[in-house]
Amino acid sequence: MTSIERDRLTLPTGPAYELEAPSPRAVMRRRALTHPGFLFGATVMIGTVLVAIFAPLLTSYDPFAQDLAQRLIPPVWSAKGSFAHLLGTDGFGRDYLTRLIYGARISLIVGFGAAGISGIIGTSLGLIGGYFGGRVDSVVMYLVNVKLALPGVLVALSLIAVFGGSVTVVVTVLGLLFWDRFVVVTRSVTQQLRINDYVAAAEAVGASSRRIILGEILPNVLNHIIVIASLEMATAILVEAALSFLGLGIRPPTPSWGLMISEGRNFMFFQPYLVAIPGVAIFLLVIAINMLGDGIRDITAPEGRN
Amino acid sequence: MIRFLVHRTTIAVLVALTVSIIGFGLLRLSGDLAAALAGDTAKPEQIAQVAHLYGLDRPLYVQYLDWADRALHGDLGRSLFDNKPVAQLIGERIGVTVQLSLMSLAYALAIAIPLGVLAATRPNSWIDRLSLGLAVFGQAVPNFWFGLILIIVFGVTLRWLPISGSDHFVNFILPTVTLGTSVIPAIMRVTRTGMLDALDSDYIRMARAKGLSAASVLFKHALRNAILPVVSLTAVSLGFLLGGSVIVESVFALNGIGFLAFQSILRTDFPVVQSIVVFVSFAYIVLTLLSDVINAYLDPRIRIG
Repeated sequence: MTSIERDRLTLPTGPAYELEAPSPRAVMRRRALTHPGFLFGATVMIGTVLVAIFAPLLTSYDPFAQDLAQRLIPPVWSAKGSFAHLLGTDGFGRDYLTRLIYGARISLIVGFGAAGISGIIGTSLGLIGGYFGGRVDSVVMYLVNVKLALPGVLVALSLIAVFGGSVTVVVTVLGLLFWDRFVVVTRSVTQQLRINDYVAAAEAVGASSRRIILGEILPNVLNHIIVIASLEMATAILVEAALSFLGLGIRPPTPSWGLMISEGRNFMFFQPYLVAIPGVAIFLLVIAINMLGDGIRDITAPEGRN
Repeated sequence: MIRFLVHRTTIAVLVALTVSIIGFGLLRLSGDLAAALAGDTAKPEQIAQVAHLYGLDRPLYVQYLDWADRALHGDLGRSLFDNKPVAQLIGERIGVTVQLSLMSLAYALAIAIPLGVLAATRPNSWIDRLSLGLAVFGQAVPNFWFGLILIIVFGVTLRWLPISGSDHFVNFILPTVTLGTSVIPAIMRVTRTGMLDALDSDYIRMARAKGLSAASVLFKHALRNAILPVVSLTAVSLGFLLGGSVIVESVFALNGIGFLAFQSILRTDFPVVQSIVVFVSFAYIVLTLLSDVINAYLDPRIRIG
């Protein structure tokens, strides 16, 4: 039975059916608006992006300005806190809320940048391996195996130690190190899509491999890629924080959340908020990104759950 | 089975070879090694002399083959920092890292597998929600920060546990929780999914229809099938824990190879870093090879397919 015959057999036709069936877009919108994880993730994510963009409008302090007379003021909820510094000040007298707000920029740049680079590398390899199969696929899987065997954090630390801890270097290194999940997912989805009739039809009319991959397969892989991208973005943000915490990521005085925890560590026994606040910020942002990714998966392809 | 073994081992050897080349390249990335060895004030002739002494003036592939040959005979070179043999440095510290990794794995399995099984038997119950919440937490919490919070709460405020050192079993409790929590989500999710699939299968319906006890159905029939993917994930996790210990060891100043790698990176002691990278990679390759072989032995579909 060809797929056209099957469609005729199973799909009822006629005006009544056409009136009742909501468009795929409407179905997705309804799913999105009733998905609490997606709503939470999207809200926090959009909020963080807005905070990062409009950082200078949200605070009157300079994130780099030190004021040693104002050192280690506790947050406003503490007895000695004041409304002048809502989250207190750090060991150099810098306003902690301001550093937190500007730190969101670093985390988002690292997250989007690294996920973008690894997404391009991983998706290309996955499409090529999954579409051509055979030897090409073996080479792709071999590259994935090599990547998996290398201890990522350790290699990232060494590379950043060699090339220096600028934001560009951190983004590039993380992007070059975390592309394996993109390959695995894109490859297996491509393998499933490749046997579809519309791919055979495109081949029959003489479309080039490149055109089939980019025009027929890539659009259908895209929602899977977005889900993986959210996971990798979360990973990149966590790893950047860890690297900066160890002193081998973003360099001071740039306000990276990981670096803030590292600097706060010197005071953590008497001013634990210096460690707690940026950690909670990382934690919330990463949870939000993960929930957003899970939500997108549930909304675009509910059969992919678990 | 033989064919599967040969094929899988060949891939493992190829990957190991590539990883060793990358590890070797890592050392060269650090710039002119001879200049670094000779010191800042060295004249060009002195640098050339050092290069000759260490064999750095030979072609790269000769240097690689020489290095690989020595490494295979247990000679990993000497530390640039204190001139001790790298093999000795790693040997002194590997015990701490292995102990930390195994304890973290045991802790993660002890929490993840029972919770995964319970969550699968009672979908959407409070225990399913609890395990989901734990998974969300474990996935999102930065583990160096989690370690610091544990230090503040249990080491400083409550004073129950020591916060650094590696002499005693209790020194490992906080690092174990810190490191192990990061692998709980994956193990739990795979256990839960495997159990859900197994419980939904015909052979479980058959086992129940025959009147087997609920415990027998759950543990003898369902869990045995659901545990297969967990076996390979366990091997992967152990490899990940060995490599991931660099952060946790640094937070708790545990004297393992992760902390050694971190200190060596700071001192640009690249022979040590390179050896640890290659060592951890090899451990991962061997572990995944073992788990694939065990899986193929347990599940004929893998070795034939």
